[in-house]
Amino acid sequence: MDLSQINPILLVASLMVAATPILLAAIGELVVERAGVLNLGVEGMMITGAICGFAVAVETGSPWLGFLAAAIGGAALSFLFVILTQFALANQVASGLALTLFGLGLSSLLGQSYVGIKPPPTPDLHIPLLSDIPILGPVVFSHDLILYLGIAIVAGVWALLKFTRAGLILRAVGENHDAAHALGYKVVRIRVMAILFGGACAGLGGAYISLVRVPQWTEGMTAGVGWIALALVVFASWKPWRVLLGAYLFGGITVLQLNLQAAGVAIPVEYLAMSPYVITIVVLVILSADKSRAPGSLGRIFHATS
Amino acid sequence: MTILRRTLLAGAAAVTALGMATAAGAQDDKTKVGFVFVGPVGDGGWTYEHNQGRLAVEEEFGDQVETVFVENVAEGPDSERVMTQMALNGADLIFTTSFGYMDPTINVAKKFPNVKFEHATGYKTAENVSTYSARFYEGRAIQGLIAGSMTESNIIGYIGSFPIPEVIRGINSAYIQAKKVNPDVQFKIVWVYTWFDPAKEADAAKVLIEQGADVVLQHTDSTAPQAAAQNAGGVYTFGQASDMYEYAPEPRISSIIDNWAPYYIERTKAVMDGTWESVSRWDGIGAGMVGIGEITSAVPDDVKAAALEMKEKIASGEMHPFTGPLKKQDGSDWLAEGETADDGTLAGMNFYVEGIEGEIPQ
Repeated sequence: MDLSQINPILLVASLMVAATPILLAAIGELVVERAGVLNLGVEGMMITGAICGFAVAVETGSPWLGFLAAAIGGAALSFLFVILTQFALANQVASGLALTLFGLGLSSLLGQSYVGIKPPPTPDLHIPLLSDIPILGPVVFSHDLILYLGIAIVAGVWALLKFTRAGLILRAVGENHDAAHALGYKVVRIRVMAILFGGACAGLGGAYISLVRVPQWTEGMTAGVGWIALALVVFASWKPWRVLLGAYLFGGITVLQLNLQAAGVAIPVEYLAMSPYVITIVVLVILSADKSRAPGSLGRIFHATS
Repeated sequence: MTILRRTLLAGAAAVTALGMATAAGAQDDKTKVGFVFVGPVGDGGWTYEHNQGRLAVEEEFGDQVETVFVENVAEGPDSERVMTQMALNGADLIFTTSFGYMDPTINVAKKFPNVKFEHATGYKTAENVSTYSARFYEGRAIQGLIAGSMTESNIIGYIGSFPIPEVIRGINSAYIQAKKVNPDVQFKIVWVYTWFDPAKEADAAKVLIEQGADVVLQHTDSTAPQAAAQNAGGVYTFGQASDMYEYAPEPRISSIIDNWAPYYIERTKAVMDGTWESVSRWDGIGAGMVGIGEITSAVPDDVKAAALEMKEKIASGEMHPFTGPLKKQDGSDWLAEGETADDGTLAGMNFYVEGIEGEIPQ
C-alpha cells in the first residue's frame, strides 16, 4: 500500500468531473419533484441528451452547440412525459418508466453512426489569476464551463425556491395542487415548465458523460446514473445544497475507491466498491433526520375539476 | 424472413425489458436460435462480437434459420425470465453469452429438455447444456509480452470486471509474460464490478494513468478506457474482445478478438441435423476462436516480431502460456519446470501467480 501515489489535487479535480452528470440530472429532477411531479424517466432523458449532444458536437465541431442540443433533446423527450401526464393524465410512474425505455431505444437508434467517433474537445476554462492560485487553482478553477454551470444551477434553484415568489408558487403547486389551483395559479403550466427544465438538466448531464467524462458515444453509456440521481433527490430530502453534497460525495467516493484499489490499500475490494452507495445514503439519511418530507402532491394526478 | 425486434431497454436498476417477435405459425420448420446478451450490441467489444457471430449464422443458413436476441440482460434471476421467454417462443437453440448466466441457464434448461442451450465461459453442463469459451489467456500472454516491453514507468494498469476465473487467468497470463521481458514490471489492478459501464471504465482508466500506469489492459467491454488513454496521451491500450481499431495506431496497439462465428455456425448446423450433443468446447488461437488484432506501428519491430513468434508457438501448441516453473502468490509451488497447467486448474483459477500484488476479492 502506498497512499502517496494518490494525488489529492487530481483526486478532487476528477471527483468534480465524476459528480457533475449526477448533479445536473438530480437538480433538474429536484425542481420537477418540488412541483409535485415524479418523473422516473431521468435515465432516458440523460441518454437522449448524451447522443443529441454528441451528434451535434461532432457535426458542428462545437461542444457548446452540443450541450445546447443536449438540453433541447432532453427537454423534447420530457415533453412526451408532459403530454402523457399533464394532458392525458396518465400514471406518472408508468409514464416515467416508459420514457426511460423509449429514451434508451431512441438513443441507440440515433447513435448508430456515431460509434467510435471522437468528439471535439470541451476546453477547460483558464480564469486569469484564479486558475494560477497554487493547489486551489487546478482543483477548483480549471474545469470546463458546464461543471460550473451545474453548480450555478444548484445555487440558482436554491435561491429561487427560498427567496422568490416564483419559488413559492412552485412549492405551493407541489405541496397542494388543489389549493394552489384555488388560489388561481396555473398548476399545469407551472408543472410543464418544471418538467421541461428537468429534462433539459438531465440532457445536459447526459451530454457531460458523452462529451467530457468518457468522451465517446456508446449505447447505454449512462449505465444507471439517472437512477442514482433519482435516489439522490429523495435522500437529499428535496434540498438543493444536499443534492450537491450527495453528488460530490457519491462522485468523490467512486473516484477515491478506484484510487485506493490502484494504490493497493488493504480494504477488501467489495467494501470499496459498495462504499459510494453506502456512505452517500448514510450521510444523507443522517442529514435528513430533521422534519423535511416529500412534497405533498408528489406523484398525484391533478385535474382542475376534481 | 427474419423478424427482429430490438428491446428498447438497457439494464438499469432492476428493469430489463424483453421484446421478441413471435414467429408466425408457418415458420415452424425453421431453426430458431436465440441469443442472450449482457451489453448492447453496439458496445464495440464483447457483445458486439457475439452479435457478429449471430449475423454469421444468418448469413450461412439464410431462410433456414431465424435468430432472435435480447441485449442488456442483467446477470442473475432476470436472465432466467428472458431465457424462459425465448424457449416458450419456440427457440431450438439458445446461446447465453455471459458468465453470470450460468445457473439461470442450467435452471431453464431443466424446464425445457428439448431446447439446446450453450453457455459461454461457464463450467456447468447438462444433458442439453453445452459450455463454450475461448482461451483468451493465450491472447493475454501476447498482450503481456507487448505491454511489458512497451511500458516505461514499469506500471501496467489492469481494469478487471469481476474476480472470476476467466479474468484472473487473463491477469496471470499477461503478468507472467510481462515479467519475463521486464523483471521490474508491476501490475495495478482495479476491479470495477461491471462488464459494461463506460463512465466507470473511463474513471478506472484515468485513475490508473494518474497513478503512473502507461499501459492499460482492460477486461471490460466498452471502448471508454481507450478514449481515456487517448486523452491522456502516451498511454497504450489493447482492444478487448473486439478489435477496437478506431483507436489505432495509438493508444490501441493490438487487440484480442473473439471469433464466435465458426462455433455458432457449427452448433446451429448440429441442431438442424439432429446431431447436437452436450460438449465443453474451449478453443484458442490455434482453432481461430481467439484472434490477435494488427500490432500497430507504435510497437518496435523486434517486439512485434517476438509477439508474432509467440502467437505462432501458441497456435501450434509448442508453447503453453502457463508453463513451469511457476509459483503461486503465496510462494507455494504450482508448476514444476516444464510442466503445463491442466484445463481443470485453469478453469477454476482463483489465485494470483507469484509477484502480483494485492488480493483477489473473494
